[in-house]
Amino acid sequence: MEEMRSDCSSSGVQELHVLAVDDSLVDRKVIERLLKISCCKVTAVESGRRALQYLGLDGERSSVGFDELKVNLIMTDYSMPGMTGYELLKKIKGSSKLREIPVVVMSSENVLARIDRCLEEGAEEFLVKPVKLSDVERLRDFILKGEEKSEREFSHKRKMSDDSCTLTPSSMASSPSSSDSDLPLSPMSIVSDEPRPKRARLLDDN
Amino acid sequence: MEGHQLQHQAACMRKALFDQGYLDDQFLQLEDLEDEANPNFVEEVVKLYYSDSARFIRNIELTLDKNPFDFEKLDDIMHQFKGSSSSIGAKKLKTECTQFQEYCKIGNFEGCMRTFQEVKQEHAVLKKKLESYFQVFLLVHVYNCVYVCVDVHFVTN
Repeated sequence: MEEMRSDCSSSGVQELHVLAVDDSLVDRKVIERLLKISCCKVTAVESGRRALQYLGLDGERSSVGFDELKVNLIMTDYSMPGMTGYELLKKIKGSSKLREIPVVVMSSENVLARIDRCLEEGAEEFLVKPVKLSDVERLRDFILKGEEKSEREFSHKRKMSDDSCTLTPSSMASSPSSSDSDLPLSPMSIVSDEPRPKRARLLDDN
Repeated sequence: MEGHQLQHQAACMRKALFDQGYLDDQFLQLEDLEDEANPNFVEEVVKLYYSDSARFIRNIELTLDKNPFDFEKLDDIMHQFKGSSSSIGAKKLKTECTQFQEYCKIGNFEGCMRTFQEVKQEHAVLKKKLESYFQVFLLVHVYNCVYVCVDVHFVTN
């Protein structure tokens, strides 16, 4: 029953900060544990409204500067009283400040129309509850890859602007095989501000 | 030896809970989240579930009494209750909840009333079984601790 679990600090895994949104007390406790085991820092809130408050999107200034609390991933339940997860997703994707944050929607109901709607609105994934540790670990790895890629793109851009205008083959970053890689190679094309179109991606329902 | 008997009892209780359909894979998923630093995680979740889920039962009772034909509301409350029950791996209970929701969908009040009694009963039965199970588990743990201490004492003296 007890497995050897690698210590988060020693495994060298970067700690992601995940905002979990769920009105269920039990589900919040479980998702918190899943995320902590996966070496993620967790902030769990009970509603979409609280989530927006935390993210500084509700008109009121959040108590701490946004940058210090950078959220790498938002996991939200779909069915919540007041603001649904779908409505929260729309608000986040509609905000220039927050829309780059990946959002994952969780639901106990495996309804195709619901899944489509969420993915179309920009959700990264749709997870059927109860969420498993393997789901969270896979998600974490996916987000980490994205963060690493952003880091490389950023330092590549820095290098490009530091160097003179000439582009040499050695300065072209080679990205790992990723079908949605769109690394800019020319100093003239800067990564646009528009969000990348999301590929619909469904999990196997096992 | 008492320790082995206790351990055997705990193992039997656990097997029965799964074989008799009270628990499903989700309970195993929760067990996998326990470690040395969090050895009682499952029990904590179950305790939280029972203190939290009481209000769903209450609300359904109130609604059946005051607004018996508000099937949307009944379905909504049951949906939340079923979600929590599913999160602790309560298999049988989940089935009863689904049945209740089916009756809500077709607006069958009698069906709702009948199934709700089943839901309440399953909820209570599972609570007792899990309480007994955790108690035996605790005894096993205590026994092991004492046994180790006694063992150490004899080794060092």
